[in-house]
Formats: sequence, structure tokens, C-alpha cells
Amino acid sequence: MTKKILIVDDEPNILTALEYLLQRSGYDVFLAQDGAAALQQVELHLPDLVLLDVMMPLKSGYDVCQRIRARAGWRHIKIIMLSAKGREAEVSKGLSLGADLYVTKPWSNKDLVAKIEQLLESAPKPDGT
Amino acid sequence: MNVSLKFSLWLTVFFSGIVATVAVISIAIAAGLPEEDYRVLLRIIEGQVPMLGLVAVLLLFACAGVLGWLFRNYITAVRSLAEQTRIVFASNPEHRVLSSGGSDLVELAAAINRLAEAFRRLQIELETRAGASNARLEEERNRLAALMSELSEGVLMCNVDGRILLYNEQAKALFGAAAQAPGARQGLVGLGRSVFALLDRDQVAHALDKLQFSLDQGVGFPDTRFITNAVTGALIKVRMAPFLSAVGRIAGMVLTLEDVTELLDLEGQRRSLLQTFAAGVRAPMASLRAAAENLTSFPEMNEARRVQFIEIVAAESRQVCAIINDALSEYADALKASLSLEDMRTADLLNVARRRIEAVLGLPCSVEEASVDIWIKVDSFALVEALVYLAGCLREDYGVRSIGLRAAINGRFAELDLVWTGAIVANDALSLWELQPMQIGTQQTPLTLKDVLDRHGGEVWVQSHKISQTAWFRLLLPLGAPAAATPRRSLLSEGRPEYYDFDLFRYADTVQGLAERRLVDLNYTVFDTETTGLEPSAGDEIISLGAVRIVNARLLKHEIFEQLVNPQRPINMDASRIHGIEAQALLGQPTIAEVLPQFQRFCEDTVLIAHNAAFDMRFLEMKEAATGIRFAQPVLDTLLLSSIVHTSQEGHDLDAVAERLGVSVIGRHTALGDALVTGEIFLRLLPLLAEHGISTLGQALVASRKTYLARLQY
Repeated sequence: MTKKILIVDDEPNILTALEYLLQRSGYDVFLAQDGAAALQQVELHLPDLVLLDVMMPLKSGYDVCQRIRARAGWRHIKIIMLSAKGREAEVSKGLSLGADLYVTKPWSNKDLVAKIEQLLESAPKPDGT
Repeated sequence: MNVSLKFSLWLTVFFSGIVATVAVISIAIAAGLPEEDYRVLLRIIEGQVPMLGLVAVLLLFACAGVLGWLFRNYITAVRSLAEQTRIVFASNPEHRVLSSGGSDLVELAAAINRLAEAFRRLQIELETRAGASNARLEEERNRLAALMSELSEGVLMCNVDGRILLYNEQAKALFGAAAQAPGARQGLVGLGRSVFALLDRDQVAHALDKLQFSLDQGVGFPDTRFITNAVTGALIKVRMAPFLSAVGRIAGMVLTLEDVTELLDLEGQRRSLLQTFAAGVRAPMASLRAAAENLTSFPEMNEARRVQFIEIVAAESRQVCAIINDALSEYADALKASLSLEDMRTADLLNVARRRIEAVLGLPCSVEEASVDIWIKVDSFALVEALVYLAGCLREDYGVRSIGLRAAINGRFAELDLVWTGAIVANDALSLWELQPMQIGTQQTPLTLKDVLDRHGGEVWVQSHKISQTAWFRLLLPLGAPAAATPRRSLLSEGRPEYYDFDLFRYADTVQGLAERRLVDLNYTVFDTETTGLEPSAGDEIISLGAVRIVNARLLKHEIFEQLVNPQRPINMDASRIHGIEAQALLGQPTIAEVLPQFQRFCEDTVLIAHNAAFDMRFLEMKEAATGIRFAQPVLDTLLLSSIVHTSQEGHDLDAVAERLGVSVIGRHTALGDALVTGEIFLRLLPLLAEHGISTLGQALVASRKTYLARLQY
């Protein structure tokens, strides 16, 4: 079955580029431009993986990450946080709040796809909720 | 004069006097006899020669007996009384005289003791009055000491000769660590020591010239700054200001010191980072921009050209990414938090925060002890205010009634948690609080929580645990390094360390032979050793060296040297029983060849003092050939000095002398403990020596040489 990926970023150019890249890599892709929309999309599509930008207006990526991890039926979802800052404390905060990976912008498309594949291969089955 | 010699002289005179008197009377009687009777008398005498000899011997014994009794009860006893009286009035007012002499002397001793009691009462009364008037002075001294110890910079105050009059713990730490470095030639910070052993003489002299010039130009409060390279390579920023004598001349200088090695290093890194960006990014960005603008400006370009420009865009953007990533990872340290942060133990920080939360907000607050010491790099004031602010927000907006604080380690970070129960706080609320100026009680600061966290390179978030219904704000802060250990206080007196002595002002470095210098004016190193046994010539070795300095007739209990030494041989059981040091404790300690150079630096420009110095010096001399370290300075021995002033007292071992002079003994049979006792003894011997006309080093050395105990050899 085709894996589902949700991309969350307030920067439209990034969304466009990543959408194209991941569709060409064989995934079902959904998009959200802020934290609230991201949670709605998760509710709607239950993706296998979320690419989550940290710095967004209103609801930050950390907040979305915490919400996903707080809900029992969503805990299997893999989360990769994307950030332009990449200070050590921010990386540590992201991982402490439940992210599986923290990727600093700019990234290499090839490396990003490899990391997504690796994470999804190791993903356990959803718990059926 | 020696008592035995005096006794022999008296006996000779007394006995000769009796014999001479009898002889003269006999000759006078014989001269008046008729010839016949004179011959008869001679015959009788010749027949009685053995008897007369016997009578003479008996007479000699009788004389010795009488004189011995007289000496014991009057001559020696009077001398002993005089010495004991001098102890009472010069060194130990609690001492009471005892007389083993005749009843008249026992009565005299009682009278002296009554006088001593009266003297002591008078002295206590005077001390009480002096104490009251000194209390204010003491308060001022403590304020100065407190001020000095609270400063983050090192402070040195020197007279014009560069002799250190005052220093603080920070200055000592700044140079102290350097002096510990193996092979370092760095001097030590200490009262009366030369500042030129620490800082370059020419630079200090040049700065003094500049200050004098400014003063001559009428500048009111001149100062000058320079950066100097300490011998170990540390860069030290020095700010130097003069202080003036009553006649307006420079009497000395105050130097504030700051280690700027790290600061300059980071500044250099930041500059390099900017240069790397400026030089590295410009070229690929130029190609990128030119290619992109070509693509947008000339949509009609042929396919081959279009593909060429797209490849340029791809290649150059990869190049820019690589430059940015490489530079950021190479200079990661340079981008870390501000340097004004200090290393602090989280337990201390949380306890300060607890007190502030309770005082400002009236909220009960507890601190959970961490199992290990956690050090963080913080602006403690700002961070405590941030914790109080968060606690205040919780109380105001969520009605939280009590707060807990705890700390833990997470990788290269410390987690500080502000914990409460009940209320669930949304991330949105925290985001809002992060950006508002912090309100502490009724005071508003211009800083936001985000400002404080950014300054620390830290993060904050809220977490909760549903089952226990607890929630916490977690502040993630970079770990720091343990601050320099505070000096040891064992064996040392209560109260603030005395790191200053303005009496040193009056000393100028005059060229004067040491022998003529007054004992009270000299600087001393009082030392003691513990050893594997008592026979240096049979291979026994030093296992512990302890020393303390005397400057300006004050024992500087905070300028000490204490070092265990690996003797590389077993310890004699008897010796081990005395000093309690076992071989196990010496494993991993430096050898004597490593310790002696450090000790030599500690002793520089001082006279050595030890109790039974011949013993300790012998051990040091035995190492001379192997280490090339020679202690050539004069040595005074408190055992000999004691026997000079107390010829009639029995026992000159350390315990006996200490008891006689009223020195309390703490830490006996540790090298440092014994050195401290010896130092106290020496200071109490000084007035007694002066009473014997011994006030210069030369006189003390000559008198020591004369005393018979000087013949002890090891």
C-alpha cells in the first residue's frame, strides 16, 4: 500500500518542491501551511509520516509534534522536523518532544528521501485505533 | 652562663676559700710557736696527711652539697622563675609560674602569680575596650573582603615596588592554576610577593609611566589598560589605576584582571566565520543570480542553453549549501551563548530561585535534590527572574498554589524543571508568556523570557504527566564546567581569609643585607615534612610537605602549600603510626622531584623556619644532587630559638614549646598542621628573643649556632 506523507510548512516554495519530490518518490502527499491545518490533515488522512517545519505562525512545529504524540492512535506516526535554525538546543527540544529526526535546512533531496524510506521501513503497524 | 659551669666555678671558689683560710690561720699560728714546738707540730702533721686528705675530700663534698642545695633552691629556681615570668608577660599571659625552690621562692612565685592574675585582668579589660573599638574596623575589613570576593574580576593592589598588598581569590585562581602547570615558571599570588613574577615588568612600568604622565597633565582619575600574555599563554586584560600618597605621588596601583583568552579566541572565530561567508558565498551567489536572471529574462532561449543554466543553478546552490553547512559546523562554538555567562551549580541556582519565588510571590516552593552536581552556564540573575516570572504567571492565570524545582542532565544540556500539580497549561499560553516583557511581582523588566533563553542558547517547553496530574516547564540550558574549587579551610581559622596587608606599604625594596634586617620585618616560609622514617641517610624519603607563609609578622593561614609525595619505597610502620599516612594514599601522588620545584617557588625570597630544622633540611639536602634544587636561604629553627630564651625549661619538642607559649595544637603530625603550630610558636618567640637582645636575623642565627642543641646531627 502506498505510504502517506503530510508536509507542513508555511513557505509555499518549499511545499511545492517537496510535494513534487515525494510524489515522484512514490508517496501519497498531503499539504498543510500551519499547525492547525496540519492537525486537521492528520485527523483526516492518518499519514505514516509528517515532515514538520518548526517555525510557523500561531502553532509551532513543536506544538504539533506534542499534540501528535499525546494521542494514542497517532503515536505510530513518524515525525521529521525541519528547521532553518538548527541550534543544538532546538534539536534536543525537538527530539525530547517526540520527533524521530531533526533535519536542518537546506537539505539534499537525495538524503531526505533516503531518511524517509529508512524511517518508514522501521515503522511499526498502527495500533488499529 | 651555663648552669653547670657556674656551679663548678662557685664550688672551686668556695672550697678554695675555706682551704686557703684554714691554711692562712695554720701558718699564722705556726709562725708564733717556739722552734721545738714547731718541729713537733710538723711531725704530727706529716703523720696525719692521709687523715687531712680525707678531711679535705669530705669538706669538698660538704661544700658541693651545700652549694647544690643553694643552686637548686635559689639560683636555678630564680632563673626558672625569671624565664617563666617572661613567658607570662611576653607570650602567654595564661601561664602560671611554679617554683621548686626554697619556701621564700615558693612565696615569691605565689606573689608573681597574683601579679600575673592582676595583669591578665587588666589585659582582658584593655582587650575588651580595644575589641569594641576594633569591631568597627573589623566590619570595614569584612566589607572590603566581601567586596573583593564578590567581584568577578581578579584584583591586585601593589605598592610602587610591585609588592602585593591585596589580592582576591579570583586573582589567585587566575594565576594559581597557571602555577600548577607542569614546568611552569609562573610566580605565585601572595601578600608581599612581587607582581613582576606574574606580569611583564616592562609593560607594568610603561603603564605606570603613562599614569604619571596623565597625572602630570592634571587628569583626575587616570587609568590605563593593556593585554598581557601570561607565561602559560593565557591572555589577561589588565586595567591599572594609581593611588596617591598624601603628597600626591603615586604610592601604588590597583590592577583589575580578566582572563580574555576565550573571549579573544571566540572573537577571532566569529571574524573568521564572517570572512568565510563573505568570501565563500559571493562567487557561487553571483553565478546563481546571473543564471536565474538569464532564465527569467530570456524565456525564448534554446533548450540546450536552458538546460545549461539550470545545471548552473543546481551546481551553484549545492555549493552555497556546502559552504554554509561547513562554516556553521566549523564555527559552532563561536555562535554559542554570550560570554558573560558564569558557571554555576544548578542546586545553588534553584535554591536562590526558591527563595525569590517565596519572597516575591509568597508561593511555597521546594527544590528536589539532584543525585549529582550539575553545572550550567548562566546569567544567574536573569534566569532566576525568568523562573520567578513563570511561577508568577502560573499563580495569576492558573491559580497554582505551590511550585517544585528540579534539575537533570540530558546529553550536553541540563534540564531545569518548574513543576506544579493540577492545572494543564497550553503551549499557546507559554508562547504568549515567552514574548511578553517579564513581570516580577510589581516590577516589570524590559526583558522577555525569549530574550533570556536566547542569551543562554536555551529552550523552554511545557510537559505534563496525566496520571500524576503534574506538569512542568522544562528549560533546556547548556551544561557548564565546575567552577574552580574554593580553597581548603581545614585547620584554618574561622572568618574571612585575609588577603590584604596595607602595612606592607611602608616597605621599600631597600638594598640591605638580610643579616641586618629585623626579624619582624622579614618574610618567612614555615614548613614541616612527614617522612617514611627517621633516617634520611638510610634512604628514608619525604611523603608530605606542608608550609605556610609569615609576612609582616602575620601568619597567612590562607597562603599555604600542602602536598603528599610518592616516596617510591615502603613506609616504616612506626612512622606510619605517628602521621597516619598509608602507602595507599600516596599512589598517584607526584614524586619529590616533581614537588620540590613547586615548593622552591613557594619559598622564594623568604627565610625558612622549621622545628628541629636540621632533620627536615637534611631530607631536602639529600635531594639536592638528584633534583638540582637547592634551598640556599637562611634557616631558623624554633627548637633552637626556644632553647635560647628558655635555657632552664625542660623539653623543647613541639608539643612542650606550644604548651609553654599557649599555642593551641590542631592537626598535629600532619605536615601543614605542624607548620601552622611552628609558625604560631615563632611569632610568640619574637618578643622573648627581643628581650634577650636578639632582634635581627644575624643575631638569631649566631645565637642559634651557639646553643648546644645545634650540635644535633641526623
